[in-house]
Amino acid sequence: MHAIAFRRRAADRATKVLFALCAFAVVLPLFLILFDLLWKGARELKWTLVTDLPHPVGEPGGGIANGILGTLTIAGLAMAGGIPLGVMSGIYLAEYGRGKFASAVRFSVDMLAGVPSIILGIFGYVLWVLPMKRFSAWAAASALAMIFIPTVVRTTEEMLKTVPVSVREGALALGIERWKTTLFITVRTASAGILTGILLAMARIIGETAPLLFTALGNQFWQTGLDQPIAAIPLQVFNYAISPYDDWHDKAWAGALVLIGMVLVISTAARYIARVKK
Amino acid sequence: MKRHYSKELGALREMVLRMGGLVERMTHRAVQALVERKIEMLAEVKAMETQVNRLHVDIDEACIQIIALRQPTAADLRFITAAMKINTDLERIGDQAINITESADFLLTVPPVKPLIDIPRMADIAKEMLRDSLDAFVNGNELLAYETIRKDDQVDQLKDQVFRELLTYMMSDAGTIERSLALVLVSRHLERIADHATNICEDVIFMTKGKDIRHQDLLP
Amino acid sequence: MDNALQVKDLCAWFGEHQVLKNITMDIRRNSVTSVMGPSGCGKSTFIRCLNRMHDLTPGFRVSGEVFFDGRNIYTDRIDPVLLRRKVGMVFQQPNPFPRMSVFENVAVGLKFNGKKRSRSEMADVVEKSLRMAALWDELSDHLDRPGTSLSGGQQQRLCIARALAVEPEILLMDEPCSALDPTSSARIEDLIEDLSDKYTIVVVTHNMQQAGRISDSVAFFLLGELIEMDTAAKIFTNPADKRTEEYITGRFG
Repeated sequence: MHAIAFRRRAADRATKVLFALCAFAVVLPLFLILFDLLWKGARELKWTLVTDLPHPVGEPGGGIANGILGTLTIAGLAMAGGIPLGVMSGIYLAEYGRGKFASAVRFSVDMLAGVPSIILGIFGYVLWVLPMKRFSAWAAASALAMIFIPTVVRTTEEMLKTVPVSVREGALALGIERWKTTLFITVRTASAGILTGILLAMARIIGETAPLLFTALGNQFWQTGLDQPIAAIPLQVFNYAISPYDDWHDKAWAGALVLIGMVLVISTAARYIARVKK
Repeated sequence: MKRHYSKELGALREMVLRMGGLVERMTHRAVQALVERKIEMLAEVKAMETQVNRLHVDIDEACIQIIALRQPTAADLRFITAAMKINTDLERIGDQAINITESADFLLTVPPVKPLIDIPRMADIAKEMLRDSLDAFVNGNELLAYETIRKDDQVDQLKDQVFRELLTYMMSDAGTIERSLALVLVSRHLERIADHATNICEDVIFMTKGKDIRHQDLLP
Repeated sequence: MDNALQVKDLCAWFGEHQVLKNITMDIRRNSVTSVMGPSGCGKSTFIRCLNRMHDLTPGFRVSGEVFFDGRNIYTDRIDPVLLRRKVGMVFQQPNPFPRMSVFENVAVGLKFNGKKRSRSEMADVVEKSLRMAALWDELSDHLDRPGTSLSGGQQQRLCIARALAVEPEILLMDEPCSALDPTSSARIEDLIEDLSDKYTIVVVTHNMQQAGRISDSVAFFLLGELIEMDTAAKIFTNPADKRTEEYITGRFG
């Protein structure tokens, strides 16, 4: 009797420990990465990193300022096009999407979200770089938009679907037109969730490297136009990392640290909005 | 809260009071007509009875409606059941007043047997009891109700006294028998009115304290 | 008597399933009409037909006529949006708009119905509506609080204020108290009786005691049919139909 109770409690505790260990194993890499980056990137983490252009090989100092600006430019462009398109498609799917067309859209969006990012890079290359005969910010932004949009569409749709029917009915019963109900009541109700989705998608595209290889190409100097090759942090990290020089390796670590810092800030902001604005 | 419900209860209370006032006046006028030998007053009493009958129906209807629509509980429930029972008693008092006018119809066509002294006294006490019982009802004053119940004995004694006195008249002069019997009946009606007032008081005590004191000879 | 709504031979279907069968009734102006009956009798469907809330329900259709201001709301080129401004609705679950303050919740109907209003006009309407909904005294200092932070009973009164702000003629209420505690219910009931001086109110309820307390007229529905409609006093003391009697005495349903 007592032995059985003991065994039952032991089994109980053992499973709990097992699950906790698994959970720990999941988050462990994140801390290892952060720790490693801080350890190795700290040496180059100086103010000039974010203010200076890259210096040639052998010349000490220099930064990734053009990369930061480039990344923000590309992401900004991708979002400028992607937010309206993505949010409005999401609204369509959630509020009106009942027929075959909507299911087709939904399916395609899921497919698009599953396309490997390098393929989207190649697509941007074929669509922009070949006809224009030039790598450009436009090409990079459109490749990133294709990663950005599906996420935004689906999060917008999901967030709108969490808005209770009673809210829509309440608005309609006041004699508010359907389109106004959708835009000013339903979307407003879900706005925190939609914004969170946008920020998480943004965090995702900021770190994308593969699509940029075929579209942005990279640039050692300040960008001169949106139709020109443009620098980006992930590209710079990539280039520094595969170089044979030790000081460039250090810069790669520092660049990665900046990148992950940006992603963390955006993700934290997203979580904050999701929690506080509920 | 529950303002509309209170209004309905207030209206009911007001109807009961109006009916009480009417039957008190009927009693008063019937006896006054008899004492002052004014036959024209009797018509007034009969006219009031139609009003009383209408109120009798209206009050019952109002009570049933409140029970059906408001589901009264506790004090409200006791109030409404009391109102229904008081309604019946008041209607009977009205009937008794009419009975007095019927005796008076005859008595006022014949010479008086004797000057009326005890009957007006009985009427005064009965009216007072009726008024006090309704006061007790309105104010939820069970002390007044107890006090009023005690007065019933005085009325009973007066009735016996009237009967004994008239008996002597009847024995001494057979010609007065019919008139004397009519007067005995009047006193009997007044005694019944006092009994109804007593019933009302018992209902008031139930209403205020939730205590049933009927058929118990022990009064505090 | 003056009728705010006249329903003639109204039938309704969800797909193949008929939920309302030849309902004919007059709803008197400035009175409280309760619609009661067991679950699934079609009472909610019925009042939602009165402001065309079913328009967006797939597979729903109606036949018959509903006259409002002398016009059939289902045929005479009535814009359901305009209709709903005249025939407001309060729902079973209090549904103040999330992420809107008390003030915005009340003002929202006016804000989106076309006419431009100044800030002070808006404030007047909000105050008036909150007063009518017996909420002003509690909330006049908290107009910027989120509507969803109020208690259930306050939320429901806020929804009533919101409906009143667009100045409807008729207020439809779909079991407005069923999600509330008894005290809050009593306040809503009181409010309904007050509002009936100015508005025509149709209340769906499965609570017959409530129907008795608040209504002038009561309609009893059973399996999609209107069994009986009469004054509350008549229905609750001496209903004409045996099924009504059985329902209100608790013998079935």
